[in-house]
Order: sequence, then C-alpha cells, then structure tokens
Amino acid sequence: MSELLIQLRGVTKVYGSGQAELLALKGIDLDIEPGEFVAIMGPSGSGKSTAMNILGCLDMPSAGQYLFKGAHVEALSRDQRARLRRRFLGFVFQGFNLLARTSAQENVELPLLYRGDSAGVRRAAAAKALQAVGLGGWEDHTPAELSGGQQQRVAIARAIVTAPAVVLADEPTGNLDTQRSHEIMALLMGLNQDQGITVLMVTHEPVMAAYARRRVHFLDGSIAEDVANTHPTTAALVVPAPEPAGAI
Amino acid sequence: MLYSVFMLALRSILRNLLRSFLTILGIVIGVSAVITMVTLGNGATQSIKAQISGLGTNLLMVRPGQRGVPGGGGGIGVAQFSEADAAAILSQIGGVAAVAPEGRASLTVVANGRNWATSVIGSSNAWFATGNWKLASGRLFTADEQLAGAAACLIGETVRREIFDGTVGQTGLGEHLRVRKFSCTVIGILAAKGQSGMGDQDDTVVVPLRTLQRRVTGSVKVATLLISMQEGSDGARLKASLKQLLRERRNLAIDDDDNFNIFDTQQLAETLSSTTQVLTTLLGAVAAVSLLVGGIGIMNIMLVSVTERTHEIGLRLAIGALEHEVLLQFLIEAVVLSALGGVVGIVIATAASWGLSSLMGVPYAFDPFINLLSLAFSAGIGVLFGYFPARRAARMDPIEALRHE
Ligand SMILES: Nc1ncnc2c1ncn2[C@@H]1O[C@H](COP(=O)(O)OP(=O)(O)OP(=O)(O)O)[C@@H](O)[C@H]1O
Ligand SMILES: [Mg+2]
Repeated sequence: MSELLIQLRGVTKVYGSGQAELLALKGIDLDIEPGEFVAIMGPSGSGKSTAMNILGCLDMPSAGQYLFKGAHVEALSRDQRARLRRRFLGFVFQGFNLLARTSAQENVELPLLYRGDSAGVRRAAAAKALQAVGLGGWEDHTPAELSGGQQQRVAIARAIVTAPAVVLADEPTGNLDTQRSHEIMALLMGLNQDQGITVLMVTHEPVMAAYARRRVHFLDGSIAEDVANTHPTTAALVVPAPEPAGAI
Repeated sequence: MLYSVFMLALRSILRNLLRSFLTILGIVIGVSAVITMVTLGNGATQSIKAQISGLGTNLLMVRPGQRGVPGGGGGIGVAQFSEADAAAILSQIGGVAAVAPEGRASLTVVANGRNWATSVIGSSNAWFATGNWKLASGRLFTADEQLAGAAACLIGETVRREIFDGTVGQTGLGEHLRVRKFSCTVIGILAAKGQSGMGDQDDTVVVPLRTLQRRVTGSVKVATLLISMQEGSDGARLKASLKQLLRERRNLAIDDDDNFNIFDTQQLAETLSSTTQVLTTLLGAVAAVSLLVGGIGIMNIMLVSVTERTHEIGLRLAIGALEHEVLLQFLIEAVVLSALGGVVGIVIATAASWGLSSLMGVPYAFDPFINLLSLAFSAGIGVLFGYFPARRAARMDPIEALRHE
C-alpha cells in the first residue's frame, strides 16, 4: 500500500453555537492516496464544501485529525497552513476568482509571486501553465476579455503553476455550459494522468463525476458511499474544441 | 519578497487609477496648503525685516506722546520738539551719528501739468543719513538753503515717476515743483528703496525743515526726531541718556511720566517679524488640520477598498499569501499613495507659493525643512491610517473573504 497523502479521522465541523449550532460534518474518515482523482458528490447542504475547505487547509476541523503527508494540519498555525497551501495545493473555484483588470499572465503568476520566484521564472512558468490549459497566446487578455470556459482554464493554470501535489476544485464546472464543462474535465483528467496530480473535485453532475476514478457521496454531513469508478470516461471521448489564439 | 510585494502594491495602484487619485487628493491639498502657507509667511517675514532694515540700521525715532499712546502725529496737548532739541542731542550724547528733526505734511504737488498726492517732509541733510538714503542724481541741500528755508527740494522715485516720467531728461532736475502755495526747485532725486510695511517710502518730497515750517505748517515745532547711532555704540546706554536729556529739556519732575516715546527700529523689526511668524505658524497649523483630514480620507478610502477587495484578499490568502504579506501590500499601497500625494503636493506648493509670492511682492522663501516635514508627515499618515484597514484585511478568514461578493 502506498503512503497516504490525506487522512481524515473523525473530522467534525460545527457552525454557530447554542440554538443556531449546526453540525455540518459528523465525524468523517477519508483516506486519499497520491495520484487519485476523486469526485465528491451529494445533495446541497450535505457538507461537501465544508469538507473541501478543510481538505484545502482553508478551514480547521472542530474536532478530529487531518494528516497531510503525515503532518497534523489541525495543529498548524495560520501562516503554516498558508505555506502548506502555497507549496502543495492548488485551488479551482466555481466562480473562477480571477483578479479583475489583470492579465491572464499576471493572474497565473500570482501564486509564484508569493513563493518569491523571480520575474523570469514566473513568466516562463505562467506561460507553460497557460500552454498546458490550451491558452497559449492569450497571456495578455484580462478576465473581461475571456469567455467563462477560458476564465476557468486560466484559473486551472493558476492552480497548477506551482506544480502542486493536489488540486482542489469545488464545482469547477458549476458556471459553465456542457461543452465547456467537458473541456474542463478533460483538462483535469489530463493533469491527473499525465502529471500525477491528485485531483479532488466537488460536482453535482454525474456526467462530470464519471471522469473520476473514485466517487465519495456525502449525505447530511457523513460519507454515505465511497466507490471506485470502474469505467471512468476517458480523454479520447471528449476532445476539447481548439480555440483560435488571439481571437475572442 | 519585499520587492515583489512592492510591485504588487504598485500594480494595484495603477489598476485603480481613479480610486488612487481620489485617495491622494486630500494629501495633495493638505501638503500644498501647509507648504504654501509657511513659504508665503516666511517670505512676508523676510520682506518686513528687509524693509525695516532699509529704514535705517540702529535708528531711534522719538515722538511726543504719553507712554502707551503712540502719537500718530504727536500726542494732542503734549509739547513737541524743536530744532534745538536735535542740536542738543547731537552735541551732548556720545555715540550719536546723526540727528534729524522731521516734520511731515500730506500735500498734493503739481508740476508738468500733473498732480500727485504725496508726503512732504521737512528736515535737514542729516535726514538722508538717518534713513540710509542715496542720491540717484543731483545734490543735497546747502547749509544756506537749510538756514534760510530755501525753496529747494529732493524728490523720491515715485514722485519722479508720477510727475516727470515722459519729460525731457525724465528726472525733473531743475524743474519747479508746486507745493501748496510755493514752488520749489528740484535739486536732487533719491534712489529708490521700494515698497515697505509702512507704505511706499519713495513716495516723498523733502524740503529744508524751515521751508516746511514757514510755508506749510506755520509753526517751529518738530513732530519727530530721528537719531542714528554710530556703528558699535551701546544702544541701551544711548537710549537711557537720550531719555534723561529729553526729560531735563522738557522740565519733567522725577515722578512725572515721560511725555515722549522712543522707538527703536531694531525692536520694531523684531516685534513685526515675530508677529508675522506667529501668523505663519497659525496658518501652517490650520493647513496642517487639512493635512490630517486628508489622512483620514486615506484611511476611509483604504477601509472602503478593503471591503471592496475582500474577495481579492480571500483569494490571495487562499493561494498562499501570508498574513504579513497582505498587511505589507496594503501598507505599501497606503504609503506609496500618500508619499506620492506628498510629492505632488510639494510640486503644486512650489508653483503656488512662487506665483503668489511674486504676486504679493514678497520674496520666495523656499524652506527645505517644511518640505521634508510635510513629505515625512504624509508618508507617516499613510503608515498610520493605512495600517488599521490593512490589518483588518490581513486578518480576514480566507473562506469568509472568498464568500464575500
Ligand atoms: N459559514 C457557515 N456558517 C454556518 N453554517 C454554514 C456555513 N457554511 C456552511 N454552513 C452550513 O453547513 C452545511 C453544509 O454546507 P456546505 O456548504 O458544506 O454544503 P454543500 O454540500 O457544499 O452544498 P452545495 O452543494 O449547496 O454547495 C449547510 O447546512 C450550510 O448551511
Ligand atoms: Mg458547496
């Protein structure tokens, strides 16, 4: 058995207190090995985003243990978690979350800036990441000049530019039409297969979850089902429509 | 690290030019107001000092009048001076360079078909010495002219300009100038002294004292005695013996108050310039309040910008920015903005105070200290008022911040 990348043990999350107290996670156990592609599914309010935030070291469990590469995340300080994020994690959000009035290039460079990389290193890495998501030649476009699918690809480039161990994506296709969604999924799958990046993805859509090799179903703050996907959709089935560079 | 955070801050400023401009507006106004006020005030002080020293160095001015009642034209009912007083002072008090009895009348003079209201002064040649006057052309009075009260006069530059500009020779030398019922021959032109705190010193016509007494005032009294001291003489002692002599000559009993006042131009200069300095400080303080208001403006905009940019802050924190890096970025933004405001303020202030001082006729007194102080102060305001919003931004919970739309 390979060494575990992520281990959740009895993780709970409580929001509010007193009357308004809400148990969003009711003691989750979850193991994730390096190189997995996991789809997290479940009805609205079942605790998927809460679990993702904890997995992404953005939020702390109320109780229980979270081991990332064997280190206890719940014992880390705010800045230590930030350093862990900048080193090992990449995020893709439903709302893209790109900086407005800022070129794709600069958006992608942002995480490298906080790592203290020099301008030359940043430029090369960002160009490579944009190339990898099929946006070579779009470096100078601002989010306003890009389509939703393109924006999400810039966001994915930003997530992978630091060569992270894990990419966490909370409903990455939630704001996109079906065609764009399949392109994004193909991208994520490619990252997982070609670069060995572990991908954790929340999605409502079974079609998108079908790309993953494992599905975890949340129900009311607990994991109801955790199954392997025996026949994941393969990249060959969906070919991203090539977009001409330089045009909108 | 510092460099890249600095670049981040700079980019964020450039990305939001209008917001940046509005942020620094208060600082620009504050800094330029402070510097302009102080520079103009300093210029006014300098010019007053210069003009008073132009009145004559080490000059004493004696006028009749009760203590605390400075006689405008001599206290009413108080004995005036006479020519004999002047002679006595010169002969009996050591260290005196020159004594000039002075009488004045405001009159209209006529010549060359033009008239001009001016101040006619009756005195002796000593008057030119006490007032540091130089001749532009012509000559002073002769002894005979002074004794006989001859119809001869010297005119100041302003009178020459108003009456004789455009005539042949321009100077008016040898021309006849009509002063009330008599006319005098212009024998000399005084070199210009320029504007002073007490009005235009060049706007004057000087005749022998006796001429003024006989033909204008009709009295042998003298309203003012001007006394210039020799270089290096002891002013306090000279003033004391002058006071003693005048008390004797005016028959004052031991317990009588002085019925004359001695003014000292040195003192006058100090009093006046300390007044303008107080005024400068006051104006500077008022302007400093506007600078403070500008600082609060920065804080306000920074707070708004933190709220506006909550989402962005959440994103930066999520992708691995440390608390102090976000703090630093916002702090640098605030400092760069307010320092920029300071620099722009200095540029505007330099232009404004240069223009205004030439408009007001005072010298442009550049004060490096106040410029540096305002710059440091505005940068300091940036640190102070940028810090709290920045700290709020940096301490934000990344999830909460990200959820913020
Ligand atoms: N910051 C919060 N404060 C209080 N309650 C919260 C907070 N965040 C989430 N919750 C609650 O916790 C529960 C789980 O929320 P969560 O966002 O994890 O659900 P989800 O599975 O991601 O749902 P969705 O599919 O709609 O995104 C919900 O009942 C939600 O109302
Ligand atoms: Mg959710």
